[in-house]
Amino acid sequence: MSVVLLEKKDEGIPVQIPVQQSRLDRFKKGFKRTWPLHVLILPAFILTILFHYVPMLGLVIAFQDYKPWLGFFKSEWVGLTHFRNLFMFEDSVNVIWNTLIISVLKISFGVSVPVVFALLLNEVRNIGLKRSIQTLVYLPHFLSWVILGGILIDVLSINGGLVNRVITSLFGIDPIFFLGTGNWFRTTLVVSDIWKEFGFSAIVYLAAIAGINPSLYEAAEVDGATRWKQILHITIPGMLPIIVVVGTLQLGNILNAGFDQVFNLYNPLVYREGDIIDTFVYRNALLEGNFSFATAIGLFKSVISFGMVVYSYRLAYKYANYRVW
Amino acid sequence: MYHKSKGYKVFNVINSICLILLSLLCILPMIHILAVSFSGRGPANANIIGLWPIDFTFESYEKTLNSPNFIRSLWVAVYRTVLGTAIGMALIIAAGYALSKEYSYFKGRSVYIWVFVFTMMFNGGLVPTYLLISNLHLINTIWALVLPGAVGVFNMILIMNFFKAIPRELEEAAYLDGAGLFKTLWKVYLPVSMPAIATIGLFTLVWHWNSWFDGLIYMTDSKKYPLATYLQTIVVQQDFSKISLDPKDLENLSQRSVKAAQIFITAFPILIVYPFLQKYFVGGIVMGAVKE
Repeated sequence: MSVVLLEKKDEGIPVQIPVQQSRLDRFKKGFKRTWPLHVLILPAFILTILFHYVPMLGLVIAFQDYKPWLGFFKSEWVGLTHFRNLFMFEDSVNVIWNTLIISVLKISFGVSVPVVFALLLNEVRNIGLKRSIQTLVYLPHFLSWVILGGILIDVLSINGGLVNRVITSLFGIDPIFFLGTGNWFRTTLVVSDIWKEFGFSAIVYLAAIAGINPSLYEAAEVDGATRWKQILHITIPGMLPIIVVVGTLQLGNILNAGFDQVFNLYNPLVYREGDIIDTFVYRNALLEGNFSFATAIGLFKSVISFGMVVYSYRLAYKYANYRVW
Repeated sequence: MYHKSKGYKVFNVINSICLILLSLLCILPMIHILAVSFSGRGPANANIIGLWPIDFTFESYEKTLNSPNFIRSLWVAVYRTVLGTAIGMALIIAAGYALSKEYSYFKGRSVYIWVFVFTMMFNGGLVPTYLLISNLHLINTIWALVLPGAVGVFNMILIMNFFKAIPRELEEAAYLDGAGLFKTLWKVYLPVSMPAIATIGLFTLVWHWNSWFDGLIYMTDSKKYPLATYLQTIVVQQDFSKISLDPKDLENLSQRSVKAAQIFITAFPILIVYPFLQKYFVGGIVMGAVKE
């Protein structure tokens, strides 16, 4: 054990191991040795407690009728009223459905498109071409939705945006109001999200493909397997564990329909089909001042997401032996 | 042998062409916006620009860089990015190093890890966090942008895994030479892992530069908006209610080419660091996903 070397050897003391050390003694001895490690963690630990755990205490306002001037202690307790309202108000029910629909679409295409892309890219033999393609498709991932939102609003504009100019001249149809009609808005959300992320998401699959033992292909070749058969029976099974991991871990995002994206693209015209939980919480809390109701929705979302994350990690561990650390 | 068959060759050509078109599709919108930003006012507002500027001019960039609001936000963004990255990296390197020690040596390890990882899975949400920041009187200060997100748990785990992979022999040699834990971090671990740390530093940099929502909710004074928030409210949403603009600025902002120039300037730093990022991130991500 290499770690033992780190311990200071007791010099000159005859071998006389105490029969039983008390827990406290052992703790003290350990602490004497490792205190620098605690010191190194301390700043990060304090900030985490302050900015991540203290707000969890603030979740009590989900059960109150919180008024800023009354504070946490004097605001009236209302129990589960806000949670009941959550399922009664037409707006909030609608928002939950929107979130589910948008995120399920994003997750299913967000996993399948990168897989297909990785498989196709793997067939490109020219290394220079492969690298150039990768450079271009990874780029949008690094630009924020503010920048891309600004670009998309311009490009998708109904008044002579680039996309509408292309489709009207190619197909001779009327310009499409991408960001102003509900169903087109959802489509735009899903397509633009895939457009931004598919390249970057493909990285793990490309890594998985690169990790497949080449002798498998050689053996298949000898047996006369076509390339298609090789992909079907070697490449895809080789990628399967990581596909399972990514797919299950995405379950934790089932209520994350992408706040940044929706917030930067939506407008009152598409609230009916495009408003999601996070944007609804934002408007309720910071624009209308319904702190308690907004917190209740946020808590509802956090709890469901937490359950899904824990469940998905267990699944990923069970089926693909994946661990976070 | 399969690549010699005629069918595969045909497939390969078609496949390559499709992928080239697909990859061009990823940057065409950026090229279009660049073309608009260099175009004259008339052609830009008339929506006739494709992928090449018409009436080439630097006018939009001149106007943008002469706008005091834009420049002020640019400086706020630089300030928060530098400060946030420096503080964030110091925090996660220190903590990641301590957590990279084995459990048998450092008993508190797993408790700490759980405390950190739990924040990735559950959080107080928008309102309680906002109330905390406001009760701490951090509204309108740079700390509201720097401190809440300073401990990037995912990056911390990446650093921890990287440190774990460093051979023990190095550490033991340092120990035998009389170096304590601090000195070992400083003189052994840091120099050895410079590429990994630089990569994670760049990611943190990009994250800070791109962050806009914290600026929107924690800065009530629009003079303190970082550039991304400025772009979001003024350029994208065209919400002028929070900012006092002189009429000339207002006129400029209604110009399509000026908007395009502001979008491009905001994206520019990312485009600059992108080649460096790309060099490392594949390794970094695989490191995080597959590990050991």
